[in-house]
Amino acid sequence: MSPVCNDPVALGLWHPLAAVEDIQPFTEQRTRLLGQAIRYSKNHENDITVLDGDRRLPVTLAYGYVWTCLGTPAAALFDLPEYAEPDRRNVCAATVGVRVSAPRAVENFLDMGHFPFVHTGILGVEPHTEVREYRVDLDEQRDEILATECIFYQPQAAAGASGGIMADYIYRVPHPYCSVLYKSCPTDESRLDVIALFLQPVDEENVRAHALVSVIDTQSSDLDIRLFQQTIFGQDKPILENQLPKRLPLDPRAETPIRADKAAIVYRRWLRAKGLQYGVIPAAA
Amino acid sequence: MMTLYDYELSGNCYKIRLLLNILGIQYRKQSIEFYPAAEHRKEEFLAINPLGELPVLQDGDLTLRDSQAILVYLASEYDTAGNWYPLLNPRTLAEVTQWLCFANAITASASGARLVDGFFYNLDGDACRADAHRLFRILDEHLWFQERERQDWIVTGTAPTIADIACFPYVILSEEGGISRMDYPAIRRWTDRIKRIPGFTVMPGVFPAGPGV
Repeated sequence: MSPVCNDPVALGLWHPLAAVEDIQPFTEQRTRLLGQAIRYSKNHENDITVLDGDRRLPVTLAYGYVWTCLGTPAAALFDLPEYAEPDRRNVCAATVGVRVSAPRAVENFLDMGHFPFVHTGILGVEPHTEVREYRVDLDEQRDEILATECIFYQPQAAAGASGGIMADYIYRVPHPYCSVLYKSCPTDESRLDVIALFLQPVDEENVRAHALVSVIDTQSSDLDIRLFQQTIFGQDKPILENQLPKRLPLDPRAETPIRADKAAIVYRRWLRAKGLQYGVIPAAA
Repeated sequence: MMTLYDYELSGNCYKIRLLLNILGIQYRKQSIEFYPAAEHRKEEFLAINPLGELPVLQDGDLTLRDSQAILVYLASEYDTAGNWYPLLNPRTLAEVTQWLCFANAITASASGARLVDGFFYNLDGDACRADAHRLFRILDEHLWFQERERQDWIVTGTAPTIADIACFPYVILSEEGGISRMDYPAIRRWTDRIKRIPGFTVMPGVFPAGPGV
C-alpha cells in the first residue's frame, strides 16, 4: 500500500475514476485515488456515489467520465466545449492500468517525436521524423498550457483516415494530470478532432488512463474508434512503463531536453510553479 | 477467405495473426472487444464459441476455438513444408504438444498478471507473477541447454515450430504484468530470434527486432 497523499495541490483537483457507461449499475466498484482506496457505484441512470470509507466525496459527471475530489475542489473542472457539439462522436475509448506516474504519461502524450518509432505506420513513419518548431504558451488567465502550430506527417491519423496527411496539432494541458489534443480531422478539413487523456493517479507511480475521443466521423463505428485508440494506447504502454525514474523530475538539470521537448519544459515549469508534489520529484529548493 | 475473431490486445489472438502472417495466408479480421465491453461473453459471440474465449477461426465450414488448436490446424493445413507442425516424427510431435500445454500455463499466469494490472481483472496478481517466474525459469533453462546443442528453438530440429509461436506472446508481453525478463537471458535471445523469422509481425506492446549485425 502506498502512503496516502498529503499534497494539497493534488488533493484539491478533480480526478477521473471511470467512464459512466462502463459502470455496472448496482455493483460497487473499488479503485484507488492518490493512494486512497475508494468505492463508487451507480444506483440508476447516472446517479453516482463515490465513497472514501463513510465519507461521501463530491462528484462531477463530465466528458463521459465520473470525476471526484479527495479534498476541497480548488476550482471547477476545466472546460471542454467541443464535447457538447451536436455532430461529434464522443467515445470513451477505454480505461487501462499503466505503471507510470501521471505526469510522465502527460509528457508522453505531448511528445510528437515518438510517433514514427512507437506508432509506426499509424501516427508516424520513418523517414518523416522531424518535429518542426512549434509554439508553447502559458495562458495565465485560464491557467493552462497551449502548444500550437504543431505539424506532423501521419500515415493514418484517425480510425476514419484513408491515406497519409500532414496533421495539425494543438495541445492543451488544462490540468496537471490531463491533456487535450486537437488534430486535423481526416474527413472534414474545417474541423478538429479531439482526443483527451485523463489520468487517474492511483498512486505516485501508477495510473488508470482514461481516454475520450471526440471526432467528426460519420463512417467509423464506435467499436472502430475505440479499437483504434486502444491500439495506440497499447503501443505506448511499454514505453511509459520503462521510464525511470517513475516520478517526473522537476529539477531542470535532471533530464536533458531537446528542442522538440519545448512543451514538456513548459509543463515541468508549470508544475513547479503550482508546487505540485504528487507523482513528481520536486526540484531542490 | 477465412475469418479470425480477434482482439488486437490479446496475446492468444496475436499468436494466430503471427502464424497467418508467417505463412502468408490472407484472412479477414472480425474484431470482438474483449475489454471493456466483454463482447466475448455476450450471447452473439457465445453462439460462435460457447466457452466465451478468443480467438476463433472460421475456415469454410470449420469453426475452431482454442489458440493452440488453431495453430495446429493452420500449420498442418497450410504449411506445405511441414516444418511448423512436424507430423512425421512421433517424438517431435509429442514435444510440440508438451510445449503447447506449457503455453497454456504461461497464459494462465503471465497473461493473468497482465489482465490484473492493465484491465483490472479480479485475480491474484502476485500469485500469477510467482507462477510465471517459475515457468520462465523452466523455459530459460531449457532454451539454454538447447543453445548448447546449437538448437535455436524450443523443440529440437532445424526450424521453429508452433510451440515457439504458442509460447512467445505472453512471454514478450510479460512486463505489462510486472514480470521482468531480466533474469532470463536465454529467453531474451530466443525472443530476438523469433522476431527475425521472415513474416514476423508485431502487436501493441511488442517491438520489432533491432537492426541485425
